[in-house]
Amino acid sequence: MANNEHTITIDGTEIHFKAGQTIMDAALSAKIYIPHLCHYPGLTPSGNCRLCVVELNGKDVTACTTQAQPGQQIRNQTPELNAARMAITQMLFVEGNHICPSCEKSGNCKLQAMGYYLGMRDEHYPQFNPRREMDASHPAVLLDRSRCILCDLCVRASREIDGKNVFAIAGRGIHAHLIVNTVSGKLGDSDIAVDDVAANICPVGAILIKEKGYVAPIGRRIYDQHMISDVAFDEHVPEHKEHGND
Amino acid sequence: MMNQYSNHCVDFNASHVLHRLYEIQHTERHISAESMTLVADEFKMSVSQVASVVSFYSFFYLEPVGRYHIQFSNCTSCGYQVGQLNLLEKICRLLSVVTGKTREDGWVSVGETSCTGMCDHGASMLINGMPLARLDDERITQISCLISEQKPLEQWPVEWFRVESSIQKHGLLLSETLQPGSSLKKVLVSAPQQILNHIIDSGLRGRGGAGFGTGKKWQFCRDATGEARYVVCNADEGEPGTFKDRVLLENNADALFEGMAICAYVIGAKKGYLYLRGEYRYLLGHLQNVLKRRYAKNLLGQSILEQAGFDFDIEIVVGAGAYICGEESALIESLEGKPGIPQIRPPFPVTHGYLGQPTVVNNVETFIAATHIAKNGSGWFKSMGTKESTGSKILSVSGDCRIPGVYEYPYGVSIQQVLDDCGADNVQAVQIGGPAGTMVARKDFSRQISFEDLSTGGSFLIFGENCDLLSVNQNFARFFAHESCGFCTPCRVGTSLLTNSLQKIMDGRATPLDIHEIKQLSALVKRYSHCGLGHTAANHILDSLQQFSERFEKRLTQKTFTPQIDLDAALAAARKMTGRDDADAHLE
Repeated sequence: MANNEHTITIDGTEIHFKAGQTIMDAALSAKIYIPHLCHYPGLTPSGNCRLCVVELNGKDVTACTTQAQPGQQIRNQTPELNAARMAITQMLFVEGNHICPSCEKSGNCKLQAMGYYLGMRDEHYPQFNPRREMDASHPAVLLDRSRCILCDLCVRASREIDGKNVFAIAGRGIHAHLIVNTVSGKLGDSDIAVDDVAANICPVGAILIKEKGYVAPIGRRIYDQHMISDVAFDEHVPEHKEHGND
Repeated sequence: MMNQYSNHCVDFNASHVLHRLYEIQHTERHISAESMTLVADEFKMSVSQVASVVSFYSFFYLEPVGRYHIQFSNCTSCGYQVGQLNLLEKICRLLSVVTGKTREDGWVSVGETSCTGMCDHGASMLINGMPLARLDDERITQISCLISEQKPLEQWPVEWFRVESSIQKHGLLLSETLQPGSSLKKVLVSAPQQILNHIIDSGLRGRGGAGFGTGKKWQFCRDATGEARYVVCNADEGEPGTFKDRVLLENNADALFEGMAICAYVIGAKKGYLYLRGEYRYLLGHLQNVLKRRYAKNLLGQSILEQAGFDFDIEIVVGAGAYICGEESALIESLEGKPGIPQIRPPFPVTHGYLGQPTVVNNVETFIAATHIAKNGSGWFKSMGTKESTGSKILSVSGDCRIPGVYEYPYGVSIQQVLDDCGADNVQAVQIGGPAGTMVARKDFSRQISFEDLSTGGSFLIFGENCDLLSVNQNFARFFAHESCGFCTPCRVGTSLLTNSLQKIMDGRATPLDIHEIKQLSALVKRYSHCGLGHTAANHILDSLQQFSERFEKRLTQKTFTPQIDLDAALAAARKMTGRDDADAHLE
């Protein structure tokens, strides 16, 4: 293979990529961490959280949606980009109601882990304190929109992996919110199952499995022990399952 | 021979989900959960898909609006604040109704909407979707009387609803007259590539503001592989202060449809769409009549002008109140019956557009220019303008001037020239290109309208000496927060944060630290957002801070820090509950 025919360079490190891979895919394969919240390997990338913005030949692009092309020069870990990532993370905190000390997801929460990773000490921006609807209608799955960061992962996982269509995002601007695809709008009337990928992929505490709390105690959870940048490489959604065969 | 019209245009109501939802909104005054289920069934969509659409567009409501539903424009030019008088507050007082809440008896509701494109008509509202302009104190009183009498809108004075085409200056395009079909006839004797070469040679660039080469766009589309190609006209003229497309649609619809047909001939499209903003729905009947006439003359439909194989139909799709749909990929989403969320580009619509097929999306003015270039040649067009900006630009001039209206100039005209022509004296600043554009201070009025200098989709907002520019910034910031689609974090959250921060300055509670914060936040929203809305949403603040910093500084308190929330005001609820209002119940 000719030099740089299938390589890109991220912060000076030259890495290989396979045809069809995005910059994010290539980086993850090479164990280079590009911060992200709305991306999950195996799902169609969305590009909504904007944490993975990198500089590509002087232009700002989301790594998760940009195809890797031979010879790309990418800047990822720069003070400027990381400062912006922290500001964006803080925005996600203040637009919702994040109750880390009492949230079951604490320690396993990617938003919280992102805050730790970026050295976030406070929320910086004023709180929005929105009123958002809680949906406890399902016997096994709880939906608390207060903690939702609109990453769209559950929407995509349900459609692309579970072969269902349980979630969608509705509303505009700051009023955007997660909805359930039932006439009543209630999760209890949906066909979501407790082992669906959509029920388990939530990076924050917006979708929680009921009757299962604190299996791992605080202090021994994923991001209590590891930086998010160290454990982001082996994630992948399971293969698509045919609806009704499970 | 039967024309194609009836199959394509008349029964538009049921054919598109936005039209179906409009119909329901119109008759039931809201869209209930039952209706959404019904529509989902009819259109083979999921309930959540329908719910997403309903909640995305401003003109659809989940709760019933009043039998008289009033939406005041909140634009700086056609908005409800007329000098010291707040027309919205006034009508709410007269009708005993609270903004955003339907009166208990179900008769009236009053709210705000983004610019309705009536900026040359003064304060304006939409009443049950119909524009009612030239509002003043007296008219508001008359309106509230008619509403109190429950007089049907059909019996209101016709002249109240009249919308004028105030063309003040005819330039290259506006002086042209078009015999319908004359340009098309000329085109059909040449091969498509030859016509395309004329368009390329003319140097025509997109009139929406971005200025992409029109010929290049058509060439890319022509060369792209696909099962079908589409021509889309962007008549979603939503940039506050812009109304020239409204005037063009009123007066030059033939030239527009002809331009779309020429484009179809060049790229090989069989289908075209005119995406009309919901605020201009009142133009629908007129536009359909023009289409009908063109079908009757065989200027649309099968074998146009007897040219075998040249088939082209145009359908009109009406939006439902969303500025973001002026962004071409969002517009295409909306055409497809979805929320108008901008898509990741590349791929661009020119290769992957409507239904994933190669699509040309051009502005109203661009198609009209193409029609006349095809007729008069590229030399005619190039005879005006500058090197990079050939031809003319049609401006919508409004704000603090004596003669607002539509003005057409050769590209390269100075701001001062426009100000002189429209009778604007003692001007403090001009906003070129609307809130998303550039704020220009007096010292720079020699700057030019052109792609080389100040590019604009047509909005030219004038702010006189007595205007409080900070309130203009606040108005623009609210506009972007309201129109942000909500897809990406920096724009969704950032536009709201900016609005709140500007309010803090307006309230006189901000410190120098807040100015620093606003600059940083503006830069963040500009750089990290997903689409053009976010990229431009903070420009007006950065412009203002750079050129009018003293206006911000005057409003600051000399403290080193004040909290974002007004702590004393936050105690108001507690005071009310305890019935106290003594000094100890206040913080300051």
